[in-house]
Amino acid sequence: MSRSLAEKLLARAVGREVEPGELVWADVDVALANDVTGPLAIAELARMGVERVKDPGRVVLVPDHFVPNKDLASAGQAQILREFARRQGIPHYYEVGRMGIEHALLPEQGLVGPGQLVVGADSHTCTYGALGAFATGVGSTDLAGAWATGQIWLKVPLTDSFIYCGRLPRWVGGKDLILFTLGQIGCDGAAGRAMEFAGPAVSALSMDARMTVCNMAIEAGADAGLIAADQVTLDYVRGRFRGEPLLFQADPGWTASRVYEWDVSHLEPQVAFPHSPAQVRPVGATGGVTIDQVVIGSCTNGRLEDLQVAAELLRGRTVHPYVRLLVIPATQRVYLEAVRTGLMETFIAAGAAVSTPTCGPCLGAHGGVLAAGERALATTNRNFVGRMGHPTSEVYLAGPAVAAASAVLGRIAHPEEVGT
Amino acid sequence: MSIHGTHRGRVWKYGSNVDTDAIVPARYLTTHEAATLRRHCLEDLDPAFRENVQPGDMLVAVDNFGCGSSREHAPLALKAAGIYCVVAASFARIFFRNAINIGLPVLECPQLAQVAATGDELEVNLAGGWLHHRGLSYNVTPYPEFMQAIIAAGGLVPYVRQRMAGGGNSCAGS
Ligand code: SF4
Repeated sequence: MSRSLAEKLLARAVGREVEPGELVWADVDVALANDVTGPLAIAELARMGVERVKDPGRVVLVPDHFVPNKDLASAGQAQILREFARRQGIPHYYEVGRMGIEHALLPEQGLVGPGQLVVGADSHTCTYGALGAFATGVGSTDLAGAWATGQIWLKVPLTDSFIYCGRLPRWVGGKDLILFTLGQIGCDGAAGRAMEFAGPAVSALSMDARMTVCNMAIEAGADAGLIAADQVTLDYVRGRFRGEPLLFQADPGWTASRVYEWDVSHLEPQVAFPHSPAQVRPVGATGGVTIDQVVIGSCTNGRLEDLQVAAELLRGRTVHPYVRLLVIPATQRVYLEAVRTGLMETFIAAGAAVSTPTCGPCLGAHGGVLAAGERALATTNRNFVGRMGHPTSEVYLAGPAVAAASAVLGRIAHPEEVGT
Repeated sequence: MSIHGTHRGRVWKYGSNVDTDAIVPARYLTTHEAATLRRHCLEDLDPAFRENVQPGDMLVAVDNFGCGSSREHAPLALKAAGIYCVVAASFARIFFRNAINIGLPVLECPQLAQVAATGDELEVNLAGGWLHHRGLSYNVTPYPEFMQAIIAAGGLVPYVRQRMAGGGNSCAGS
């Protein structure tokens, strides 16, 4: 029997072979929560009558959504998380000043690695599929169950195969690949399945870009986004990941439930229109939509490579007078590296507002909330109604190159309109 | 509200891809208190909902209900608003799990999702797995056996309590 990558990863976590469609209890390597979902999970754990989590070393707590605390209520949520971490002796708790947006932070700090089963009370937990891990989002009660028992129940998914041939053109990156894919299959196009990304164009992607791709698998309703670990993955995890990287691949001759294959050699940068990440057009067909705000950051595109791409286009240029550009490095380490390498100076000189790592505007929480009728172009992952503020505001999604070019021109623009 | 017997109530009807930001906007996620969640339930999608929803009303939607974030605040908000159950052609996976875990009944019935409208009367029998609407009967897709066990236990919290106390350790059917 030829097995898919998802089946092999889950078989390891279950301790025997598994079949698609089967419901299984699986051993969890890492169970993550944040300042939104953590307090609820902590309350549910108490209701379960459980005083101690099964293994504090497998729990990761990251206050990132509303930090630095935006108001009294959010301060209270962060406090619940902090006190729980202390009480339970959880080593992986990340305080403001040392933290990062969870899905950028965990891989960077080596807390997740190839072969693992990771569950997180956050839907973008699927990001870690880029490392060759099976990683999936769950709710707070499910997470509390995993903290209590060390296990979670899962349905073994079928896998859809996405193969990208050719070489991506300049200014086109991981975000464009995944937006294009969402545009093709729709926002429930992989519902309840795993998406496995492969092909020469994916092999050529950096880890930063691979994480961008897997991050948005949930935007197609997928259980997981997966990229088989290879040399790029091993080079990335070396010196970070404390466990033994386990390299799994689909068996030769495995059967995908659906197979998509595209040549992306001429792919244009992509933009998702309000109010769905799957409402996608190539940038050339966007009609020059004017914008009020640009956000470069988030768990999708706040990594070093994203900031480098943006800085390349902003160097020596200034942000359009009617646009507010916010640049939010995804982690403290990305922030420091951006300062050291001069990227921050480029952003500030261009007229950008730079912030400490936070989810902030991505979910309309704080630090960049949109007024009625305002339009933003963001490197984030969701553009649902009211996602960044007022219900009549609009969010367009794109990669960092389109974001930087648009910030300069005050309208959605192709990077080539400002850079070469 | 009991899951036994037949329940009758009014319908609130929505389309496809109702996301979790629409069910409860992220700006209110600084709490999981029922009163606050109820106050903001569906406010960006349909401001009339929170004004007029009555305990025992039901939500009917088309495809991919509850897509987006993993926030359990979404089914909690619907439950806090007094929604008896949600019927949809299909649900997003995380929302479906969360709803089962917290004890908000979620039923898959594509046929009903096509024809129901806001204000309609709907009759539901959860145990029997059927719906009555405009003189027609519909059967809902049965839950997998294993989920039935969670529902029978009263949600994931009591289910885990049972498991921790030495109850079953395997999924039904596996
Ligand atoms: S950056 Fe946005 S999508 Fe990512 S974890 Fe934070 S709120 Fe969620």
